[in-house]
Parts: sequence; C-alpha cells; structure tokens
Amino acid sequence: MNRETIINLLIALGLIAVPLWAIWADEPFIITLATKVAILALAGVGLNIALGLGGLVSFGHAAFFGIGGYAMGILASHAQNYTPMMEWPLLIEGTKSMPVIWLVAVLASALAALLIGVLSLRTSGVYFIMITLAFGQMLYYFAISWPAYGGEDGLSIYVRNGFPGLNTLDPAQFLALCYAVLFVVLFLSSRLAKSAFGLALSGARQNEDRLRTVGIEPFRLRLVAFVISGAVTGLAGALYADLNRFVSPTMFSWHMSGEIMVFVILGGVARLFGPVAGAALFIVMEHLLGGISEYWQVFLGLTLLGVVLFARGGLIGTLAGRKVTHD
Amino acid sequence: MSALLLIEQILNGLQSGVMLFLMAAGLTLVFGVMGLINLAHGSLYMVGAFAAAGAAAATGSFVVALVAALAAAAAAGALIEMLVIRRLYERDHLDQVLATFALILILSEGTRWLFGSFPLYLDVPDWLSGSVTLPGGIQYPLYRLAIIVVGLAVAAGLFGLISRTRLGIRIRAGEADREMIAALGVDISKLYTMVFALGAALAGLAGALVGAIQSVQVGMGEPVLILAFVVIVIGGIGSIKGAFIGALLVGLTETLGGVLLPQLFGLFMDPSAATTVGASLASMAIYILMAVVLIWRPSGLFGVRA
Amino acid sequence: MTDPVLVTHDICKSFGALQASRDISLDLRPGEIHALIGPNGAGKSTLIKQIAGGLRPDRGTVQFLGRDVTALDTAARARMGLARTFQISALAMEYTVLQNAVLGALGARGGVFRFFGNVLKDNDLRSAAEAALDRVGLSDQAGTVTGELSHGQRRLLEVAVALTLRPKAFLMDEPMAGLGADGSKRLTGFLDGLRDEAPILLVEHDMDAVFALADRISVLVYGQIIATGTAAEIRENPEVRKAYLGEEDQ
Repeated sequence: MNRETIINLLIALGLIAVPLWAIWADEPFIITLATKVAILALAGVGLNIALGLGGLVSFGHAAFFGIGGYAMGILASHAQNYTPMMEWPLLIEGTKSMPVIWLVAVLASALAALLIGVLSLRTSGVYFIMITLAFGQMLYYFAISWPAYGGEDGLSIYVRNGFPGLNTLDPAQFLALCYAVLFVVLFLSSRLAKSAFGLALSGARQNEDRLRTVGIEPFRLRLVAFVISGAVTGLAGALYADLNRFVSPTMFSWHMSGEIMVFVILGGVARLFGPVAGAALFIVMEHLLGGISEYWQVFLGLTLLGVVLFARGGLIGTLAGRKVTHD
Repeated sequence: MSALLLIEQILNGLQSGVMLFLMAAGLTLVFGVMGLINLAHGSLYMVGAFAAAGAAAATGSFVVALVAALAAAAAAGALIEMLVIRRLYERDHLDQVLATFALILILSEGTRWLFGSFPLYLDVPDWLSGSVTLPGGIQYPLYRLAIIVVGLAVAAGLFGLISRTRLGIRIRAGEADREMIAALGVDISKLYTMVFALGAALAGLAGALVGAIQSVQVGMGEPVLILAFVVIVIGGIGSIKGAFIGALLVGLTETLGGVLLPQLFGLFMDPSAATTVGASLASMAIYILMAVVLIWRPSGLFGVRA
Repeated sequence: MTDPVLVTHDICKSFGALQASRDISLDLRPGEIHALIGPNGAGKSTLIKQIAGGLRPDRGTVQFLGRDVTALDTAARARMGLARTFQISALAMEYTVLQNAVLGALGARGGVFRFFGNVLKDNDLRSAAEAALDRVGLSDQAGTVTGELSHGQRRLLEVAVALTLRPKAFLMDEPMAGLGADGSKRLTGFLDGLRDEAPILLVEHDMDAVFALADRISVLVYGQIIATGTAAEIRENPEVRKAYLGEEDQ
C-alpha cells in the first residue's frame, strides 16, 4: 500500500469518525458541516475528472452546479405548489423524489456540458478558461433575469425532498445518503482513471500529438470527459440545493466555479481524494477563520496563494510526495 | 422607437465599449507580453475607483481624483507584479488562475476591511455635469460624452505608444522573443513590471471614470472583468486592435440588446412576456456573440495563437 | 511491380512567401526503406507533417494504401496503419513505459470509450504492448516512468509504440538523433529487419545509417526533390553534390 492510499484511508476514516462523534455529542451543526463537505467534495470530484485527468481548466463548473440546483428547485417548487410544469403536449408534474430529481439534474447538466463543451473545446489554453468562465456567467445572468423561478431572489423549498426508505429530514440520515453518493462516485472515478478511457484522456493531457499518432482524436475524449465531469458536478448541485432547501443564482456565480477549483487544488490535482481533502480543509477554514474574523477570505486568499506558490501538489501532494503511477 | 433614442443608446454603448477597452487593453497586453492570465485585473479597476473616491472626498477635485486613481492602480499593479505575479510567468495557466483568484479574495476583502461594505460615491464635477445638445437636437450627458472622448484619446495614445515609442518596440519584441531581448541587454523584469503597471493604470482610470456614474463598491470590478474576458476572446488574445473592436462590439451589443430585444419581441408577444424574454436574451446576447465568433474563428477576430 | 503503399502527388505548401514544398512527388514501395535527406530548412519536417496529416497541402494529394487520404486527419491516417515517430520524442512523460505502449495498442485496437475495467489488465493490449517493448529491448524498463528514461531509450520507446499500431508503413523523423554511435548501430540493425514488416520512409541526418539502410534515397533542397535513386546513384549525382558540398562543407 503506498502513502497516498494510506492518506486516502485516513481521510475516509476521518470523514466518518467526525460525524459519528457529532451524533454522539449531539452537535447537529457539525453534521451539517460534514454534509456540506461531502457535497462540495462531490462537485470537486466532478471537476477533477475534467481538470485532473483531462487537463481541462474549466472555470465554469458553477454552470453545472447551478443547473443541478435549479433542477431540484424547479421540480420541487412545482410539486410543493401543486402546479404542473407542463400540460401540453404531455403532462409533466414536479416531484419531491430525490432519485427522480438526481436523474433530471444529471441529464440536464450533462446536456449543458455537451453544448458548452462542443463550443469551448474548439479552443485550448487561456481561451478555454475564459470561455468556460463566460458561459458560466451567461447562465448566471440568465438565472437573474428570468423571473419565473425567483429571479435574483432564488427559490425556497419548504421541506427537504424524500428518498425511499430514508427520513431525509434527519440530518444524520441525509448525511449518510450524501456520503453514500460521494463514495459511489469516488469508486467509479477511481475505476475511470484506470480504464482505457482514463489512459487515453490523461495521455491527451500529457501529449496531444501522441494521442493522434496512435489514432485517437482527443476532441471526442475530452468532450465525453467534460460531459461526465459536468454531470457529476450537477448531481452535487442538486444535493447542495437540498441541503440548503434553497437555490439562487449565486450557485451559478464565478466565485462558485473558483471555489470548486480551489477544493481540487487545495487537496491536490488528479488525486482521487484531492477534492475531498480540499473541501474539508476549505470548510474547516471557513468555520474556524470565519469565527475569528468577518474578513476570513483574506486569509483564505493568502493560504491559497501560499499553496500555489510554494506547496504545489496541494495537501495530498505535500503529504504523499510525488505522484506514482499505479499498475 | 425614435431615431433620437436609438442614437442615444448607441452613444451609451460606445461609452461602455470604450471603458471596456481600457480594461481589456491591460489584460490583453499582459497576456500578449508575459503570457499571463490575470483574474485580479478587476481588482485594480476597483482600487482605482476607491482611490478616486477617497481623493475626491479629501480634496474635492475631480482631476486630483483621476490622478490618484492612476497612481494608486499603477502602484498596486507594480507591487503585485513584484511580489506575486513574476513568480507565475513560468507556471501553467492553472496556477496563474488560482493565484490571481487568491489575489481577488485578498484585495476585495482587504478593501472591505478598510472601507466597509457601504458603497462610496464619486460625484461628477460641476464643469462636466449637465447635458449638451448634439447636432440633430440630441440631448446627451456631458460627462458620458467626456468619457467617450477620454477613452478614445487613451486608445489613440496606446496605439501610438505601442507602434512609435521605444517602450512599445520593447513590448512588441518581448512578445516575440523574450530571451532575445534579454540578451540584447533590456532589463526584462523591469519591462514586465512597467507593462503590468501600465495595464493596471488603465484599469484604475476606467474604474474611476465609471465610478462617477455608478457607485464605488467592493466587487465592482468583477462583472467588468468577465466582460473584458469576453472582449479579448472575441478580439483575439494579445491583440490591442482586437481588444478595441471587441470592446465596441460588446459594449454596443449589451446596450442595444437590452433596449431593442424587448421591443423586438413586443412585435409578436404580449408586452410583459416580451420584456421578460427580451431581457433574459439580452443578458445572454454578448455570450451568444462570443459563441458565434468562436465557431467562425476559434482564436478570435485578430488572434494569432490558439 | 507491386503498388506503392504511400504516394504523394505534386504536393505544394507555402507559408507566406516561403515555398516549403514544391510539387513533391514521391512513393514508398512495399519492403523498402526510402530515405529522405536534405540540408536543414529544406522542408523535410513540413513534408512529413503533410504526409502524417498534421498539415494540409495547398495543392496535391497524399495516397495511402491506394486511398486518397489528403482530407483525413492524423488520427484517421494512424488508424489506417500509418505509424509515425517524432523528431522530438512525443510520449506521455508521466506514464510508465508500459502505459505508453498500451496506449499505442489501445489506439490500434479501438475501444477507447470503456470506462470501467483496468486497461493494464486487458490481456490483449498488455501482450501486444509487452511484445513491442520486448522487440526494442525495453522490457526491463516497463515499469519506469517515461520522463526518467534516457534520451536513447525514449527513441526506442517511440519505435515500440509505433510497432503496437501494427502499421502498414512507418514514417520516422530522425530516429537516430542523439543516440550515440552504439545506439545508432543497434537501431540501424533493428530497422534493417523491420522493412519486411512494413516499408519505412526515413528522414535522417545520420548519413552512415542512411547509406547503410536505404534502398532508395530522395534529396530535398529548398522544398524540391532534386534527385531520387539508390545510394550509389545519389553519391554520384552532380546536383546533390552541388547542393551538399556547396552549402555544407562536408
């Protein structure tokens, strides 16, 4: 077992031990924080597929996070108001069922990633960064100016959506659900990294000419990676909306894109548990520093600057050393 | 819609386009010469506006306020370049994005710490307030007209600087081959600091000029930064000419889209729906413009490298 | 006579005022090594790019296996069996030697869009990759990260990856560059045997290797082929002597 695997296990254990302690000590706020970590980590795991494996520096992943959030908000608001979403040509009603909401969130954000990806992946480098940023902002302004679902004020959902067999109103059960989703996606993403697709995708990041020369066109690989990445971040968006029982255009804002990217970098790019470690660190910093000073983001900025300038490889990179390629 | 109103909106579009150019010029220059993507450029816009508001409150002079904006933004730019940015030239774009994102957090929250969350106001000076009557009987605010003139003058000065002066020659040479001009004895790190400070000063000037129309507050630079990105993606990264054309296109599209689209939809929809659809589409118009340009030319109108 | 595997027909390419390729027609026949030589700046790289698919000619066509491939991109030509090695190693530097070879085998077999199974445990791919590494003598290095290989070993890995493609023709851009006398000699011996598997279009500066290997040699000067023939014919060709001896005091 190499060091990174041991660190990953420790993170996973910590992730489970902290809320167990919180349940025992009756600290519901800690449980909520842990849930937030799990959901934001999921968003980061999504971005890491594009960014870490594919080398696609997307600065617009808030687009998918927001779409996932609004998928939840729109479906649930129709259900809570007993108004159908559409009556003609066929009747579509809202829903309070998480599995259905997740499916819609994943499909909608995958479709958006397909459209944005087809346009953005024609370019590379700085253009790609700026274009993904711009498409994210486009959706942000659209969400603000479209009044049907709350416009700038967003949408409140009064009761958390349901999951068959669980009481999602219980923070511990909702946390368990979010953990389950995170670990399933982490497992799938570790398989993805070792698969034929992962080998080719990461190969395209390292040397595009090499890929073409062995007969693989990088564009389609990257597009598929971008779609998968967007879909995972969209799923995280739906869960995040359910955690807050609220969606607003800020889910689309470029600060959100920046934060998702920060989770990945703080933890370590292309590391399986990087986004988990990064999100946990971010939330702990927000909580601790936020308690000390209202202007905690100054310290967040300084930390981030320090990590980028001096501790390349993020938390896991610093602890585990140089990345080893597994067999 | 009357022709007069249309002309007035075109002038408004021109005004926002010219201010966007001041922002985009610095971004595109820094990218062209140093290969750096700088997200914190919007913070320099904010620094300029705050410096102007502070100086105007202290002295009551608008001219002093503008000078303060230029000086503060240039100084902040030079300082940031020397402390942080120069460590990033050899790094990949991801590191540049993150480090400059960190700078935004530091500068925005730092400014909020110093000045508080309430917006400051910078007043248009008496000698520039009121309206003028343009040929054809159009009443137009004198200050906005002055902004257009100042913006165009700065644009002309910048073109002159790049194409005529020694600094400009060095800037263009630095774009082409940094090792070569270093070998010729030009102090490349001083040149980079100067270019960065120049870009920062332009952003600070734009912040101060716009600050007198809108309020001066933390975060004011961010929407402008995104627009400036759209501008240089459209114009082609590294091209000053592209930044100018792109800025005018974006300024006009945004201003006219907001006015014309709701009216356009009003022709075949009921008024309230037309306003909604029109406003939503108008908010997306510049991004659609960008997408169209990219489909047509993936490296922008005047871009060389992809 | 059997049909040539690869044919370029009157290829022209200009960059502004510079004519990098002028009416270049050459062919590569089964079983041969056809060397392309010429002074620096003669347009060899530009020609290779047009044959491989990285650059579209302004005029003229490229035919591969009897099919006009001028409009196809690099990846499509590679899938048809055109294997290229680069002048400057183009490998995935973070990958192990084995991973690079498996990537080649994957490209040859297809099935990139498989998201679950561990690709390194795919027996077909792995055995194809290992066989190729074995042939160039890199089996011991299979687990080494490519970025840590010596320059010469990278060149060999390039060749190994090309082998995994089960190519119908090789396009090799200066495979001997930086190898050293020993390495050059070994690779020369290896390429000598390779021609029966698939013909090789060889761009090379190492004249010992060229004259030892080539069945035919074409000389490219200022974007034009000034002579094509056997080693002996090229040695005696007055145009070639003028181009080489006039420009490079050789």
